[in-house]
Amino acid sequence: MKQDCKEKRDTCCCTTAAGSHRTEPEEKLLNDSPFTPDHGDRDAGKFSFLDHPDFSVARCAPAGDAIMSTEFYLEGVHCTSCVPSIESLPKLLQGVVDARLDFAKSLLRIAWDTNVIRLSEIASKLDMLGYTPHAVHNHDARELYTQENRKLLLRIGVAGALAGNTMLLAIALYAGAYSGIEARFENLFRWISLVLGWISLMWPGRSFLLGAITAIRTRTPHMDLPIAIGLVAGMAAGTIHTIFQSGDVYFDSLTVLIFMLLIGRWTQFRQQRKTKDAIELLFSLTPACCRLVENQDIRVIPIESLNSGDCIEILAGDSVPADAAVVFGQSEVDESLLTGESRPRRIDVGDEVCAGSVNLASSVRCRVHATGSDTRVGKLMKVVEACTKQKAPFVQFADRIAGKFTVTIMFMAVLTFLFWSYTDLNQATTNAVALLIVACPCALGLATPLALAVAIGRAARRHILIKGGGALEQMAKPGMIYLDKTGTLTVGNIRLMQWEGSDDVKAVVAAVEAQSGHSIARAFAHAFSDLQTGQAEQVEQHAEGGITGIVGDHQIAIGSPRFLSNRNFALPSWVSRNVDRYTAQCLTPVLIAVDGKIEATAGLGDPIRDDAVAALASLRRAGWQLEILSGDHIDVVRRVATQVGIDPAMAQGGLTPEQKMRIVTERCGKHTVVMVGDGSNDAAALAAATVGIAVHGGAEASLAAADVYIGQAGLAPIVDLIVGARRTVTTIRRNLLVSFGYNATAICLAATGIITPLIAAVLMPFSSFTVLTLSIGAQTFAKPVR
Amino acid sequence: MSVLYLIIPITLVMATIAVVAYYWAVSTGQMDDLDSPPNRMMTDDDDA
Repeated sequence: MKQDCKEKRDTCCCTTAAGSHRTEPEEKLLNDSPFTPDHGDRDAGKFSFLDHPDFSVARCAPAGDAIMSTEFYLEGVHCTSCVPSIESLPKLLQGVVDARLDFAKSLLRIAWDTNVIRLSEIASKLDMLGYTPHAVHNHDARELYTQENRKLLLRIGVAGALAGNTMLLAIALYAGAYSGIEARFENLFRWISLVLGWISLMWPGRSFLLGAITAIRTRTPHMDLPIAIGLVAGMAAGTIHTIFQSGDVYFDSLTVLIFMLLIGRWTQFRQQRKTKDAIELLFSLTPACCRLVENQDIRVIPIESLNSGDCIEILAGDSVPADAAVVFGQSEVDESLLTGESRPRRIDVGDEVCAGSVNLASSVRCRVHATGSDTRVGKLMKVVEACTKQKAPFVQFADRIAGKFTVTIMFMAVLTFLFWSYTDLNQATTNAVALLIVACPCALGLATPLALAVAIGRAARRHILIKGGGALEQMAKPGMIYLDKTGTLTVGNIRLMQWEGSDDVKAVVAAVEAQSGHSIARAFAHAFSDLQTGQAEQVEQHAEGGITGIVGDHQIAIGSPRFLSNRNFALPSWVSRNVDRYTAQCLTPVLIAVDGKIEATAGLGDPIRDDAVAALASLRRAGWQLEILSGDHIDVVRRVATQVGIDPAMAQGGLTPEQKMRIVTERCGKHTVVMVGDGSNDAAALAAATVGIAVHGGAEASLAAADVYIGQAGLAPIVDLIVGARRTVTTIRRNLLVSFGYNATAICLAATGIITPLIAAVLMPFSSFTVLTLSIGAQTFAKPVR
Repeated sequence: MSVLYLIIPITLVMATIAVVAYYWAVSTGQMDDLDSPPNRMMTDDDDA
């Protein structure tokens, strides 16, 4: 078996993060019993919070005697061969009862025996295999979706079976009408069709009736209303005609209509749900644990069980799990998530740190004073939630015209009845009812869901995840776009922008900075990644904003001008001139000293995205008005505005999240307002805007608030999105026009009394087929370029 | 043509069986995930 598993693994084409070290731990794990402590201690530590009782209560479900089950979102699932390789987990680990991977969602459902193995051990094993597991947050929502999906599928199946059988009977009836049929058989066929038709209306077709009742009660126009009128009129007329054995029956058209409309709605539902799922699962990537300090011991616990008054340790590079005050240590924090300020803030004993900010320099210990929803981020998220709920539901174009459509067909029916009632009262009723049936907007009801489903699906393939069709319709008309600065217009990371000094110095800088996780160090490492570096020794990070170390036999000191002048380094005039120049350009100056003498200067800043200028120019050409809303200092914001070609007067800086939201809300009444942002400092604004777009690499808060998530770096996808939205709406309009043409023809035929059930039965699928072809053939989003 | 009285009920019963089978398939979750099972099929049963 061992050999077999290994072979299987080797055939996996995935080169995930762990691809290179997959085989080695693999061997070891295959030989280990699950209780061997040597791998458990270190690696399970990272996941030990999974064994906490609070986690089991919140995220796991019992699945039998001593068996628990839970779900993980796995990173690194790229190709289908991952499915068998992950699902062989029960063979690799004793105690794992079942492992099932939903490939499309990267979601692993796992069941394990609590007496044999701990969840943390399973998690660390998955991590070693290269699939980092993340606890899933929103289990209930997806459970509800599964139920809803099953219900819809069931209805489609039933409606399909009924439609198929009714059609078979209808063919016999049509043939009989031309070549003769015995009355008793005609009667039999009609009665069976009647029974099947009523089952179809009352079971799968019930949702249209309920929708129509709601539409009448709330006085909001909806496509269900004209559909329900047609269905009920058709069923009633058919029933009377069957009982009295005279007149036409339309059961075949009506059952097919129900079937087709259900398919259209399910397609849209599934497509929207797919993108929503993808967005929601991204949430799981947020850390779910923190390090609790208790009597000199450090335990990893789930964030949920953190209380105010607890003392926590925050390592360099970790994000802060709660609002807290520093009690020990010095460091720097990146608060861009909250404030949009790209420069790090220095923290010392007694300073406050907010949940959501990232600790950059060195580990600190803090005392927690607010957790969860009481933190500043938590409160902001409540505002976001309230905003999302308050947003007026967008009435789709098709539903808006449905109201007028209903009134028109009712009017036409009355007119037809009055016209024919002069000659023959019986003929008048027949024609008026026939009109109501053929006016039933089958293609009209299919047109919008299909076009939207196709557009959302195509966008998703381009990594643009759209939560609902409303966003697409609203972006079709140009309005106002508010852009966030940090992380949206700019890359969001500090990079080396200016350098003055010899290339030899670059290598020693790279060697020293390679050993630090500070954002400035990462910027140097990024810039000098292709240089041959030596080995740095005695590297020390200083909280006043500098780093020192020894490379070869040279003493290196890198840091802010203040850090170096505090250490009695002389600042020559060219250095101070450069520092002034960098400061004027809103860059952070960094000086490099080798053996006590300053040899080089560097200016670091957050560079503008490569495609920003071009993307903004095309947006402006499309008729959109652009403005910048940023939490960063106004000088920095103005500078960025000039660089990307936005009038500096249209740039606002120093805004709090609340102010951003207010600005967006004020404008929302008048225009379509699109907010483009990346983090929780604009999450409230994203939620308040007509359409909120979250860009790649943003904070998880933006995922909840935004209507559209762009899963690809850069601003070019926004242009694609706007163009795609306009094309989608054009497609919808064209579809509506075509289906409206069919309906108009049918209404004319009915009004003049020349319609027969056969004409209706041919016309209806034909119009639906046209709409289907137009929707699929429409070039809404171009194919991804590879 | 009296045979119609027999075969039409038979077809309806067959259709009902198909619908019941479909109901079972949907409610046991066989339609929930259409992407992974085809891959699962490729590598199974190494106990055999």
